[in-house]
Formats: sequence, C-alpha cells, structure tokens
Amino acid sequence: MPKVQSKNKWMPFLVPFFSVLVSLIIAAIIILLLGKNPLTAYAEMFKGAFGSRLSWADNITKMTSLLLTGLAVGFGFRAGVFNIGAEGQMAVGGIMATFVGINMGNVPAVIAIPLTMMAGILGGAVWASIAGILKAKTGAHEVISTIMLNWVAYHLSNYVVSGPLAVGQGVPKSPEIAQSAQLPPLLTVQASNVPSGILVAIVAAFVVYIVLQKTTVGYELKAVGYNPYAAEYGGISISKNIVLTMAISGGLAGLAGAIEVMCVYHRIFGAFTGSRGFDGITIALIGQNNPIGIIFSSFLISSLRSGSNAMQSVGIPDDIVTIIQGIIIFFVAANRIIKMWIMKFSKPVKGGELE
Amino acid sequence: MSWIEAIFTALISPLFYKLTILSALPLIFASIGGVFTEKTGVTNIALEGIMKLGAFTSTAFTFLTGNVWIGLLMGIISGAILAYLHAYVSIEWGADQIVSATALIILAQGIVGFLMVPVFNQEGQSDFVSKIPLVRIPAIQKIPFIGEIFGEITIFFYIAIVVIIASWYLLYKTPLGLRMRAVGENPKAADTLGVNVKGIRYFGVLMSGLLAGLGGVYIVLGDLGQFQEHMPAGKGFIALAAMILGNWNPIGAMWASLLFGAAEAMNIQLQTLLELPSEAKALLNLLPFILTLIVVGGFVGKTRAPAASGKSYEKE
Repeated sequence: MPKVQSKNKWMPFLVPFFSVLVSLIIAAIIILLLGKNPLTAYAEMFKGAFGSRLSWADNITKMTSLLLTGLAVGFGFRAGVFNIGAEGQMAVGGIMATFVGINMGNVPAVIAIPLTMMAGILGGAVWASIAGILKAKTGAHEVISTIMLNWVAYHLSNYVVSGPLAVGQGVPKSPEIAQSAQLPPLLTVQASNVPSGILVAIVAAFVVYIVLQKTTVGYELKAVGYNPYAAEYGGISISKNIVLTMAISGGLAGLAGAIEVMCVYHRIFGAFTGSRGFDGITIALIGQNNPIGIIFSSFLISSLRSGSNAMQSVGIPDDIVTIIQGIIIFFVAANRIIKMWIMKFSKPVKGGELE
Repeated sequence: MSWIEAIFTALISPLFYKLTILSALPLIFASIGGVFTEKTGVTNIALEGIMKLGAFTSTAFTFLTGNVWIGLLMGIISGAILAYLHAYVSIEWGADQIVSATALIILAQGIVGFLMVPVFNQEGQSDFVSKIPLVRIPAIQKIPFIGEIFGEITIFFYIAIVVIIASWYLLYKTPLGLRMRAVGENPKAADTLGVNVKGIRYFGVLMSGLLAGLGGVYIVLGDLGQFQEHMPAGKGFIALAAMILGNWNPIGAMWASLLFGAAEAMNIQLQTLLELPSEAKALLNLLPFILTLIVVGGFVGKTRAPAASGKSYEKE
C-alpha cells in the first residue's frame, strides 16, 4: 500500500474539492456515453440551481433540511458514531412536530413555534437514542440498528398518515399544523418562499461548532470518537457519550423534520423525508464533519439537487446526482488516492511532503 | 379471527413453512456472503446495494435478451464488480470500510435509478420478466405436508443447499479456509507464515459480491418476476444481522436467516388471516425489522466477530 502523508495544511480542503471534481468528470463521461453533451447538461444544471430567483429559493429550501441532516451525521462521525439513521430520525421528528403543531390552535406563535420545534428535536433524539443505548449496552452496530429504525419510522409514518392522522382524499397526508406553529417565510419570491428555517439551520451549525470546539462535552465526545480506549482510561464514560452523541445527532435530524413541516409542507405525508437523511452522509463527508464546512457542502448538494431537475429537460435522469454522490463518498473513503494525485500534480518542491 | 388463532393457523399450515424458506433464501445467500468477507477481515455493509444492483442487472438482462440464465449470470457478475471496488480501496488504499461501503450503497441506488428509464422505459418498477422455472420432484410431492413445501420449489432452494454446505466445507475443512480465517483473525501472523493476505481478502470480498448479487437475483428471477426500485427493502442489512446472529458461520447464518424468514412469513400470513383495517396491517410489516433490532441488540455481545474485521492491513 503506498504510504501517503502530507504536511500540507490545505489537504483537508483539497481532498473533498478534488473528490467532487473527479466525480463530476466521471459523471460527464457517463453523460457522454449516454450520447448527450456533458457541457450542455452541466450548463442546464447550473441554470437550474442559480439561474433565477425562483431557483435560488428552491435551492435554499432544499439546503435547509440538508444542512441539518448533514450536521446530524457529521456530529455523529466526530464522536465515532456512524449514524446512518438520519432518515428515520427526520421522519419521527416530522411526525412529532405535526402531532404537536396541529394542536396549537389558540396558542400564540411565541410559544407554539418553540414547542413544535422541540417536539421534533425530541422525537429525533429519542429515536436515535434507541440505537445509542443498544450500542452502549450490547455493542450492536449502529449501522444495522439505525437502518432498521429507518424502516420502522418509514412504516410508522405511512401508518400515521393513513390511520390516526389521515385527512382528505388522494395521497395519504396529515392535516395542516396550526397557523401559529408555522414558521413565516423569510421572503417571498414570486410564488415561492425562502423559508426562515435556513436561519435556524445556520444557527444550529454554529451551536454545534461551539459545542464541539469550546465545551468540555464537545471535547469528551471528540476524545471518544478519536480513541475510545484512551478516552475511557482518561475517565470519560464511553457508553454515556455514545448515547448522548446519538441523542444530539438524532435531535438535529429531528429538527430537520420539524423545520420541513413548519416551513415547507405544514403537514406530513408518507415518505416525506425523500432520502435527505442519506444525503446527510455525503454532506458530512464533503464538509469533513466540520459544522462550518457542512454549511458549504449542504449548499453544494442542494445546488446539485435543484440543478438535476433542470438536467432532466435535456434527457438526463436526475439520479446522476446520486451517482455523483456515491463517487464522491467513494473517493472520500479512499482519500489516499486523491492525496497521491494531488501530490503528483503539485511539484514536490518542498521535499518531505512525500514520505 | 383472533391473534392467537391466526398465529396458530399459520404455524400448522405448510404454506407458512414454505414462505419461511422462500423469504430466507435471499438472506441466506447475502449473509453467507457477509461471512466470507468478514472471515477474511474486510467488513462489507454494502450487501444491500449489491443485492439491489444484482436484482436490477438480472432483470435488465432477462428483459433485454429474454434469457433468464444470462440474467442470472449477469446479476451475479454485477454484484462481484461492485464488491471489487470495495475490495480495491479497502485492501490497496486502506479506505474506511464503512464509508466505502456506504458509497457503494448510494452508487447502486444511483446507477439503478439512472438506468430505469433507458432500460425499462418507466420509473419505479420494471415489466414482468420470465422467472427461472421451478423444480418439481413427484416423489416428494406425494408426501403429505412435506410435499406441499418441497414438492415444487425454486431451483434457488437447491442452489442454497449447495452454497451452505460448500461454504462450510471451504471455510472449515480446506487449507484455503484455514488461511481465510487466519487472515481475518491475525493478518500479520498469516503474512509472516507466507499467506497472501491481499489475495485472500480479495477472494473474501468478491465472494460476498457474488453471493449478495445472487440474493438479489433470487428476489426477481426466483420470486417476484419484477424489479421494483425500493428493492431489496432492507434485506441486505437484515442479512448482516443474520451473519452476526449466526456467529460468522455459514450454518449459523442459515438458521438465523430462517428465523428472519419466519418473521416475514408470519407477517405475510397475518396480513391475510387477520381482519384488520389496511393501515393497521401495514404495521405488521414492522415485524422483521423489530426482530432484527432485538436480535442485534440481544446477541451481539454473545457472538464474536473475526478479530481483524474492518481493519486495514499494511505490510511493513
């Protein structure tokens, strides 16, 4: 195995940047094989993501929940937990926010909004804690348990919108939440709203950043993630921290569900998470699990997602974005390949870069 | 019909046992695939993605060529190709195996979604394709009860028996199996003794690709006759749980798969036997997933993974 080590301080930025670049090149080749012009396709994509005020509104709406699920997954990573269950936690968060939100009829917004939001956070946190407790108590791998919890949440949300909360005809859905529990739009562009949820999500990113960088709790969580044995030797309880990590991570995903309900749909319907929980994995990895990095990577992925709809107009299925995401994650996992390429291309002047 | 009655009715009907076996088949293939890769020290949580690609590819080739056997072959090969990517970055580049496998799950999702319309001219699901014919053995059919279960059954049932016995024999009775286990427990010691650690690991991961691919192929060509985009609906992860519950042993994985198969069979049976509103019946779909949670939660401490599983090995 080639040893690749570098003292280059730009490496943490270069690796995700080149991973994205390489995956876009591979996707261009795939588009070419499909008999389409990749340049036209990418131009359409760019227009779809940034071409009009409407596309910006769409972009920022998408970014809101992606930023939160990215934070959820990234926070877990930092503490050594692979939370692949943001999807289910987001769903439970949405369900809980809806349950509380529809009962907020006469409650003033100052109380209704925080209560509904808290319900979502709590729902996601409790849901994720199940996997956390299983891991802490029995060593059950969180990848399996969170995936199972995703399926349980999926079937539960389908049940809720076709059973206890069912309303109206057609697509199974819940009633709208009370007016007072809805987050007002930040601004309205044509018929499209820029949700104020984006502010909540960005604040959440800074809070997570501060918790990780400046608090004892954050230090302990990172220590457990970095080396659990050393952390335990240093008097940090691993099992307590695993459950706490899962709860915070799930709370962030639950908040994504709540914001989606409070800002965008004002209700839930079956499978309303639309695999944004999984997108969170890509976003966390591109953002190198850094909350501030995740703000940028969630913007990148939301742009790809909004842009891919426009690409369909030139006959390219929007699943190309999922392929791009898969390739990015693949290169993030195999970051040594990217590092070696970067070092090959940058002149080895500074000697000692290659070990 | 009450719950107790329904459960009892299910348990005494041959159909329940047949459904148990049929639901267990994809899990048996994939979980034994998981045993192979983990025994050599590479964890592969991408079984779900491999099954999905295998199911899709086998449907696509059956649809395009009209020949199920070509479909079967291509499905298995596609699984191996996807697994090869995982092997390459895990073994050659010391990649984080959980992250790399996650990439494969997302990649499989993307490839399948991307190709649905070009291949089948529709989203969501494919047309029905021909299935691999059933094997009828009249002598067995004449036996009461047993005959109704095994008298006429998919050829995958017999393939599974061969896979279970052959994998057990390979792992525990051959020099290659001994080397695989050595590499999974202590790659450094195996290396010192002259075992080709990389080669053995490639073999393990590729086997997981072939077998999980076969599991995916079964779902379409042996069971439903149609590819649906949400396939395999968590079966890849349930197979991982079966591998753990089966203590990383092909025979154990088979028993665990049968347990999960029974949960699925009970789900199917209760949906028909119980008179419940349809939205409440949907909740019965939770049975296999909740069982998996209980199993991974309850048994993990009691079973033991190969010591080097998930850790990359660098020759010094």
